[in-house]
Amino acid sequence: MSNQSAATQSSPPPAEAPAPMVRVQNLVKHFPKRGGILNQVIAKVHAVNDVSFQIRKGQTMGVVGESGCGKSTLGKCVIRLHEPTSGKVFIEGTDIGSISSHALRKIRSRMQMIFQDPNSSLNPRMTVEATLREVIKLHQVVPAGEVDAKINTLMTKVGLRLDDRKKYPHEFSGGQKQRVGIARALAVNPEFIIADEPVSALDVSIQAQVLNLLMDLKEELGLTILFVSHDLKVIDHFCDSMLVMYLGNIMEEMPCEDIHAHAKHPYTRALLASNPVMDPDHRAELTVLEGEVPSPYDPPAGCPFVTRCPIKTARCEQENPPLLDHGNGHRVACWEVKLQ
Amino acid sequence: MHMPEDRPILKVRNLRTRFKTDRGIVTAVDGVSFDLYPGETLGIVGESGCGKSVTNKSIIRLLPERVTQYDPDSNISYHGQNLLELSERQMRSIRGNDIGMIFQEPMTALNPVFTVGWQIEEALKYHSKLSSSRRRDKAIEMLRLVEMPNPVKRMDEYPHQLSGGMRQRVVIAMALCCSPEILIADEPTTALDVTIQSQILRLMDDLKKKTGTAIILITHDLGVVAQACDRVIVMYAGQVVETGGVRDIFHRPRHPYTRALLDSMPKPGAAGHQKRLPAIEGMVPSLFDLPVGCRFADRCQRRQPACEAALPELVDPETKSVTRLATGRTTPSVRCFYPLELRQTKERQV
Repeated sequence: MSNQSAATQSSPPPAEAPAPMVRVQNLVKHFPKRGGILNQVIAKVHAVNDVSFQIRKGQTMGVVGESGCGKSTLGKCVIRLHEPTSGKVFIEGTDIGSISSHALRKIRSRMQMIFQDPNSSLNPRMTVEATLREVIKLHQVVPAGEVDAKINTLMTKVGLRLDDRKKYPHEFSGGQKQRVGIARALAVNPEFIIADEPVSALDVSIQAQVLNLLMDLKEELGLTILFVSHDLKVIDHFCDSMLVMYLGNIMEEMPCEDIHAHAKHPYTRALLASNPVMDPDHRAELTVLEGEVPSPYDPPAGCPFVTRCPIKTARCEQENPPLLDHGNGHRVACWEVKLQ
Repeated sequence: MHMPEDRPILKVRNLRTRFKTDRGIVTAVDGVSFDLYPGETLGIVGESGCGKSVTNKSIIRLLPERVTQYDPDSNISYHGQNLLELSERQMRSIRGNDIGMIFQEPMTALNPVFTVGWQIEEALKYHSKLSSSRRRDKAIEMLRLVEMPNPVKRMDEYPHQLSGGMRQRVVIAMALCCSPEILIADEPTTALDVTIQSQILRLMDDLKKKTGTAIILITHDLGVVAQACDRVIVMYAGQVVETGGVRDIFHRPRHPYTRALLDSMPKPGAAGHQKRLPAIEGMVPSLFDLPVGCRFADRCQRRQPACEAALPELVDPETKSVTRLATGRTTPSVRCFYPLELRQTKERQV
């Protein structure tokens, strides 16, 4: 709890500043790559590199980036599905890295995860009812006599019909399966949800339904959400603020709402420009980003984005720019973006 | 973009593709007609199960023959022959040679145990008369054309050594090495990151301008359609529901489904931030259990009693005359009894 005072100054404290729901401090996650005849560690993937941020209670934080940028690993480290290599994660002031497995299980009932692919995250041999019952019983959410009522409440809440209780996952459409996944996450009355690409596998019309559902639930239950997605449009629509990640590093943290006005980092700007605009009269010019993301086994020295950056200088190849606070919850890691 | 010749190179008429399944016969594509003109990019857009991929696999006859039936009056006319009546042997010389294909997942389109160079050369071996050394030169030239970095070195690499974007470049090089007249691209950028997607879309557009290849681009992504297509076909539950120029579709959509799809996309900008999206409620009907009337009726906000009584035909939205065939280059058509009026659609801002 002593770390409370060391809260970063990335966002100006409102009148009665609530304790951050989630605080991540210098989080690092390396995955070893083994090889050779002795199966020794021959390289390390720098999946998450010294990442710090916090989410206030009731806030939605988006994490956006391309494949391999470490956004999913970050989400899993926050909920301790991965053990971080170093760094700390605090959930309402409790360092979840240093607590016993018993205490961890207890705190897990306050944080839940929604996965991308409901086909692989739901047990195909369990009905909706059985899936929900298992979670409710395991975490002793309600007394035994009230389990059925709880299942009904949950199913109604996520927009499933009650006569679907006995159905198996394969009998549902993709959107409905995702609703089951959401119901399972909500079963333990969590305060904090990590949603890892929750709408990426869904069709456009269904994606809007599920986003609306998450939005309603967030309002109703006051959820704090870490929303991981590759889709800038979805993040911008849904979240209060976002982290833009590239090769395991945060390049920019900024408030959503008007990203076109906010975005300062050249990578964020490039992501914005590559996102196909739904207007045939505004076709993208040729300013797309050249090249590809470098291998995370062998990230470039200096700024991770240096190999593709349109405004790089000699300094960028030598030194990794720090994530500087630009005020109003805006942080940018770029030598060329000057503090105002 | 100029059109060298205003005669379609591919005419699809009344395409009806049925599958025999354990649960009975299902009509995956139900009476699709369209023309493809030289040098254009025709987008086919719709959600999963709408029949967009089956339409194109019918054109190149890549559906399992044993369980697939085409209606007797279905016709896919290419240079005077009906592709649906050709033998597998005849089709093999058309695939690759005259009609190239790119699929969504480049890793499944490439053979993991052969080098990139070997695979491009193989296509040339079957479809050209080049000698083996000329084939290698041609393969390197193709890799250069698709802007592959280090083309000579890449020739001897295996697919797993390449990134997703580079693999898709190899697939495009293979598809284009025999200069096909038509390129069918089925979700070519869906598996790629956005920065790579924009590279590949630009590459396809450059190549189209250079070679004059006509492209059929199948996608679920409306953004890709807006950026890359000249004309658009919107499909729903196996049928064409609207066709038109890309500007018609995005600025003046006439079918309630098209309009609802566009509205349900989250848009960057302050206006709709953290507001509920205008989602389309309900789900696509099962192809085994289609309604008598309009297939979109139960999700449609403009539904009237007539919509549930009979299936609307494709009509010209202005004259209301039946176009039936969504053909021709300019005439828009819409399958709706109560299409959106022009003044209603004008309010739509992208």
